[in-house]
Amino acid sequence: MKLTGKQTWTYSKPLYINATGTAVGPEEAAGPLGETYDITFGDLHCGQENWELAERHLMEQAIDACMKNAGKTPDEMDLFLSGDLINQTIIANYTARKNQIPYLGMFGACSTSMETLALASALIDGDFANTVLTAVSSHNATAERQFRYPTEYGGQKPDTATYTVTGAGASIISSKPSPYQIKMATIGRVLDLGITDPFDMGSAMAPAAADTIATHFEDTGRSPSDYDLIVTGDLSAVGSPILLELLREKNYDLSSNHQDCGLLVYRPDQPVFAGGSGCACSAVVTYGHLLKEMKEGKLKRIFVIATGALMNPMMVQQKETIPTIAHGVVIEVADGGGV
Amino acid sequence: MGKNELSPEQQAYKEKIKPLQPTPPYFVNCLKAFLIGGLICAIGQGITNFYITFFNFTEKTAGNPTVATLILVASLLTGIGVYDKLGQFAGAGSIVPVTGFANAVTSAALEHKSEGLVLGVATNLFKLAGAVIVFGAVAAYIIGMIRYLFQMVL
Repeated sequence: MKLTGKQTWTYSKPLYINATGTAVGPEEAAGPLGETYDITFGDLHCGQENWELAERHLMEQAIDACMKNAGKTPDEMDLFLSGDLINQTIIANYTARKNQIPYLGMFGACSTSMETLALASALIDGDFANTVLTAVSSHNATAERQFRYPTEYGGQKPDTATYTVTGAGASIISSKPSPYQIKMATIGRVLDLGITDPFDMGSAMAPAAADTIATHFEDTGRSPSDYDLIVTGDLSAVGSPILLELLREKNYDLSSNHQDCGLLVYRPDQPVFAGGSGCACSAVVTYGHLLKEMKEGKLKRIFVIATGALMNPMMVQQKETIPTIAHGVVIEVADGGGV
Repeated sequence: MGKNELSPEQQAYKEKIKPLQPTPPYFVNCLKAFLIGGLICAIGQGITNFYITFFNFTEKTAGNPTVATLILVASLLTGIGVYDKLGQFAGAGSIVPVTGFANAVTSAALEHKSEGLVLGVATNLFKLAGAVIVFGAVAAYIIGMIRYLFQMVL
């Protein structure tokens, strides 16, 4: 049985991340992980005419880098799983129009990164594909314009706000051995703890992350100490302490091995409020920095939980509360280096 | 889950996270707003004096060119990407003056340039500033009526 407990999938085949590709914008390139990305752009436009084209360019560049790193071409892919934050996931749709790989569009807000990874693995495990390409993207300006205000509008944001990461991350998954093995995934349920403030996503999403993490431990019988690192997607400086508190109540202590991609991706002195957010936040940190740490032997087994706020501005204006979700994937250094 | 009706669990969560959340620096924000808002108004006064001294305007007629100048400057600052940073620092101090109105219109125009002149720029020009115009006109009408009634009675 691949279903373990209530919400956790244990893959029966050995599945691997064969290659990854990341592309980011200027603020991320200037951040502490700037060296770990494949491609960096010096300005938000990424040499394109408008913001949406810029984000699409980021996703295409990340995929190109991923293909190059794997020594593969798009026609060798059986399936393309992809998503982003923009209405009707048009960044992913238009990228799929270009690369011509059979495509499943996905949306889980900022949890899409781990959603694509978990499902890609499940589809290979179920023999529906041999090699799957995943990609997610977000762009600060496309997100501002869709979810908030025009980029140049001079409104004041509170300290609880997050800064959408400009970037894209792509990965190729197959059962061909590599150093990074995907072992399990825990699929989250939608939680809503009554937060209405779109400038406080950390507080809104922390319960979803806590629920997925606690369920993962219950399903697998594991404990926090079984992981070198438990990393959340974009809870930021506001949501991270709430997550630790919520898990402490359930008797799980994550204080020594929890980190948040939204806090890893920028330096504290960058103008990013409480930290980074967006699909690309967890993707570029995981595919760039975290896998590198695994390759260097600093981390052996990590649990990446990408968190998403499943709202849109219309729901916020109608005074609805914000539903949230979190999906987690367990990545391990493969036995014997995987080769 | 109805609107605005929080379940006991949601209420409890809101209470629980309160001590873990940063409190907005109300006093510092007010002080910044006061200083920058005051500075913008002082610059406006300087422009008014300039028009009166050098261009034969009176105190009454200098208002229009002053406002036009402030709007021009704020729009330029929006275009070169400065006004949003000023807004983050000053808050209400840079939103309330006429320069904030100019920023709201210009930023919307810039943002929607990619969808074309008619459906992009023209349609979205007053996306943010529209509410100011609507409530400005409504408030002016109500105040005008009150004043008219007072004049009739007294």
